[in-house]
Amino acid sequence: MSMLASLDVVVTDVVTVNSLIKRFHFARADGSPLPAFSGGAHIVIEMQDGDTIRRTPYSLMSSPLNTQDYQVSIRRDDEGRGGSLFMHNKVTKGMSMKIGYPANLFSLDKRAPKHLMFAGGIGITPFLAQIHQLIKTNGNFELHYSARNEELGAYSEELKQLLGHRLHVYYDDQDQRIDFDALLSSQPTGTHVYVCGPAPMIEHVIQRSAAHGWPDAHVHFEHFAKAPPGEAFTVELQTSNKKIEVGENQSMLEAMEAAGVDAPYLCRGGACGQCETNVLECDGNLQHEDHWLEDDERASGKKVMPCVSRFKGSRLVLDR
Amino acid sequence: MSQPDDSAILSRPRYGTLSPVEANFHVFVADDSGGETILSLAQSLPDDFFNNAEIIYVNTDSENNQSVIDGLEALGCPRLYIGPSIAAALPRLRTSLDRMRMGTQVYLSGSESLLGMATMTAMEAGLDHQALQTEHRGSLARRVQCVHCKGITENVTTQPADCDHCGLLLFVRDHYSRRAAAFQGVNINAEDPSDVPAKEEIYS
Repeated sequence: MSMLASLDVVVTDVVTVNSLIKRFHFARADGSPLPAFSGGAHIVIEMQDGDTIRRTPYSLMSSPLNTQDYQVSIRRDDEGRGGSLFMHNKVTKGMSMKIGYPANLFSLDKRAPKHLMFAGGIGITPFLAQIHQLIKTNGNFELHYSARNEELGAYSEELKQLLGHRLHVYYDDQDQRIDFDALLSSQPTGTHVYVCGPAPMIEHVIQRSAAHGWPDAHVHFEHFAKAPPGEAFTVELQTSNKKIEVGENQSMLEAMEAAGVDAPYLCRGGACGQCETNVLECDGNLQHEDHWLEDDERASGKKVMPCVSRFKGSRLVLDR
Repeated sequence: MSQPDDSAILSRPRYGTLSPVEANFHVFVADDSGGETILSLAQSLPDDFFNNAEIIYVNTDSENNQSVIDGLEALGCPRLYIGPSIAAALPRLRTSLDRMRMGTQVYLSGSESLLGMATMTAMEAGLDHQALQTEHRGSLARRVQCVHCKGITENVTTQPADCDHCGLLLFVRDHYSRRAAAFQGVNINAEDPSDVPAKEEIYS
C-alpha cells in the first residue's frame, strides 16, 4: 500500500514565525477530530504544484492532546526541490489539502527515567509535541536547543515560559555551544537521548554517545533526508512493465507515482525503510541518500530507497 | 505421559562470552567459578582498567574459592565486594547502578540464578540489554517458578522437581521469564497424581 490513506484537511491559519519559518495549522475538512498521535510523529503533506504532486514529511509540533488543530513549522529552503517553497509561497488560509495519517519514527521511550533532548534549528519541532506529552505525564526531561541566532531560535521565548530551568538555549552568533561530552557523561542510568537537527549534529551525538558507552537503543534521532535534485535518468520497472523518466527535481518514488505505480512508502525521507526496493540490474552508479540501508547492502548494489536516492548510468531495472 | 517439547522455546536464555567494551564505568558481578572469568579477562586488560570498575563477588563455597578471592583482591579494584549470597549482592548492585551515570557496562558471570537475578536488577535500574553481557559458568541449577502457586524454588537440579511451596511435582520447562528471572514449572501429573515419574539429575 502507498500512503496510509489520506485525510482531507483545510489550512486554518498560516503564521509567519520568523524570516525563514512559517507555521501551518490544519483542521479536518468535515470538522471531525483528527487522528490521535504521539510526540515525535510526522505527517506527509501532499502538494499539488502544477502538474507535479509532491509529498513531503513534516514533524507535528502541536500538542498530541489536541486533535482539532495539527501544526507544522516549515523552514524555507531556497535550494531544495520546491516543497518548502510551495508551502511558503502558495499555501494560504482556507486552502483544502491532503495529508497522510501521522506516523512516528521518533517516539519517546516511555520506560526512560529521564529524556535528554538535543534540538538544532528547525529540528525543534518534534520536541515541541513531545514536551506537551511529557508535561502532561510528569516526565523528567531537559531540552538543549541550539539556533543560529536569537531571531531564528523559533519558539524559544514560549519554551522559556513553559520549561524554565529545563530549557537551555544556545546561539551560534554568541559563541554558545552545547557541551555534548559533559552532558552525555553525566546522565543517570536509563536515560534516553534524542537528537533532531542538522546532519552533522546528529552524527556527532551518535558518535559521542557511543564513545561514552551508551547502548544504541538509548539513542534516538530523526533525520529526514531530502531527496536531492540531480540529473534526469531512466528506470525500468520490471513488475509494472514500465519504463519511466525521473526528472531533475523529481525523486524515483515520485516518478513511479506519476506513472501510476503504487509503490510503498511511509516517511519519504530515507529513514523508515518502507520503500526499500530490490535492484535487478544496474549498469551505472546508485547514489544512495538514505539513512536506512546498511553499508553492506549498499555495497551489494541490490537495494535502493527510491524516496531519496538517485542513479547515474545507462541502465537500472527495479523489482517494482 | 507426553511431555511438552521445549526445543523450540525462544525464551530460553542464551549466554555469551564476556568481552569488555568502551564504557565510562564497568561493573562485574560473579558467583563462585564465575570469578575465574574476571581473572582471565584481567590478564588481557590494561593495568588501570579496574580503577573505573566495581566487582561484586558472591562466594557460596568458601573453601574452594580462596584462590579466586585472592586473585580478585590482587586486581586493586577500589570497589570490591565479596558476599555470601546472591540475595545479599543484589541490593548492593542496585544501589551502585542507581548512583551510576549512563555509559556503564555490566558483566555477569556465573550460575544461571545469578545471571537471571542480576539481569532483572539491572533492567529495573533502567539498563538496556545492550549494556549487559552474560557468561554462564558453574552450576546448571535452575531457579524455578511454579506456575500454580507462583512460589520460587531455588537450586533445582532435577527433572521433574518438587515445588518448595505447594508441593506439586513440576515439569521444569525451558520457558523462561525475564521478569521473574526463573524457568517455569508446570505440574507434571495433574490428571493422575499417582503417576510419579522418576526424578533425574539433569541441571547439576
